[in-house]
Parts: sequence; C-alpha cells; structure tokens
Amino acid sequence: MNSRSLLLSPNPNSLKSRFTEGLLRALLRINQHHHQQPRSSREIRKRHRLIKTAAYGSMASAVGNRKAWSRALLSKIRNQARSGAVLRRSLGSSTRLLSMKKRICHLQKGNSKKNRVEVGGSGQVDKLRRLVPGGQLMDTCSLLEETAHYMKCLTTQVQVMTRIVEIYNIP
Amino acid sequence: MSSRRSRQSSGSPSIKDDQIIELVSKLRQLVPEMRDRRSDKVSASKVLQETCSYIRNLHREVDDLSERLSQLLATIDADSAEAAIIRSLIMQ
Repeated sequence: MNSRSLLLSPNPNSLKSRFTEGLLRALLRINQHHHQQPRSSREIRKRHRLIKTAAYGSMASAVGNRKAWSRALLSKIRNQARSGAVLRRSLGSSTRLLSMKKRICHLQKGNSKKNRVEVGGSGQVDKLRRLVPGGQLMDTCSLLEETAHYMKCLTTQVQVMTRIVEIYNIP
Repeated sequence: MSSRRSRQSSGSPSIKDDQIIELVSKLRQLVPEMRDRRSDKVSASKVLQETCSYIRNLHREVDDLSERLSQLLATIDADSAEAAIIRSLIMQ
C-alpha cells in the first residue's frame, strides 16, 4: 500500500506546491497587464500563448536546474523573451538566433554517431527527442531518464491546471 | 561487406544496453496505457511509441487548458490573499 497517497496535508516544498504558487502568481501578473477583455483574435491568441508559456515556465522553474529538460525549457523561454524584445526594438536583428541554431545543429551532428544501441525502431527515439525539451542534445540513456521525469511533471501540470479551471469555472 | 555494424548489439549485451532496457521498462510503468498489461514481452519500440503519444496528449491538454484559462482570466481578479486560498484548494 502506498502510504504517500494517504498524505493529504500539502507539503509546501513539494514540486506540485511550488508549481501551483508560481503559476497562480504568473496568472495574476498576466491579468494585471492585460486587464481588458481581449477583443481581437490576435489579443486572444497572445493571451493564450502567455498563459501556456507561464504554465511550462512555472513547472520548469519549480524543477529548477536539476534536470536537463527544465534547463533547456527555461533557456528557450528566456531566449524567446529576449528575441521578442530585440525584434521589437530593431527589425531584422536575428543574428543571435541564427548563431544559436548553428550551434545546436553542430551538437546534433556530433551526438548522432554515439547512439549505436538499438532501441528497436530508431524512428521512435527521434520522435521522443523532439518531444522532450533539450532532447536533441542528449544521448539515448539520458533521454529516457529525462523523459520519465518530464512525463511525471507534465501530469502534475495538467492536474493542477485542471483544478484551477474547475475552481474558477463557477457560473 | 560489413554485417558487423548492424549486428553490433546481438552479442552479449553491454552495460549500456542493460541500462536502456531498464529505463524503457521504467517508462512503461509510467505510461497509463501500458501499466496494467499482463504480458511483459512488450517491445521497446511499442513503449516508445506509447510514450510519444502520451506526451503529445499531455501537450494537447496543456494547450486546451491554457485556452480555457485565458477565457476565465478576467474573473481572476484575486489578490494574493485569495490566491493562497485557491492554492490550498488545489493542494487538497
């Protein structure tokens, strides 16, 4: 019998707790900055994107630098914010993005030679690489470990978000 | 003709192979579809396939939930005190 399932009192330091707090704070922030009801579909899409980023970002922050996938996700979000600001200031200054892409491609080519172990159907491993943040840069062993942790965190993320929607969905 | 390269993993499994097999079976335990299957002869390819589709489903759910949250956002004019209440509701 899993005694963990009997623990109902919230552990303030648990991943779930830290994620929930981070997400709620982010939602409050988004609400403050975008207080008017979004009129245009563009505004609606933007808000949707902001919330989605907040969700993934809060989870990655709660995990911190302990996992490769969370590190990759956090740096991706930071770069998106940075490149967004850069693009807004001066059009066409995408040189930083280009050089980063070149670096990643280089690493990809280097890594592909190491994955000799057959995990039955190498196509599946590639698909997995694309789904897990930072997966392109990992060897197969690390990829599988990171996948397990990533899946657990995603499940928690969905659980908490569902609960938030339930709570606020009072007609 | 080197058939050697393609037969590399057919000899006695290296330490890395064992590690991967163990990780794959660990993944299998985490994917809901596969957890309760009785047979323990499931190919690694199948496990990875199910893992990929499970992750894709989770991504889709996050997307969907974000959409609903963005529609509900206007009603969340809560201050930090209310947020604490909400949080305790979630953590139950």
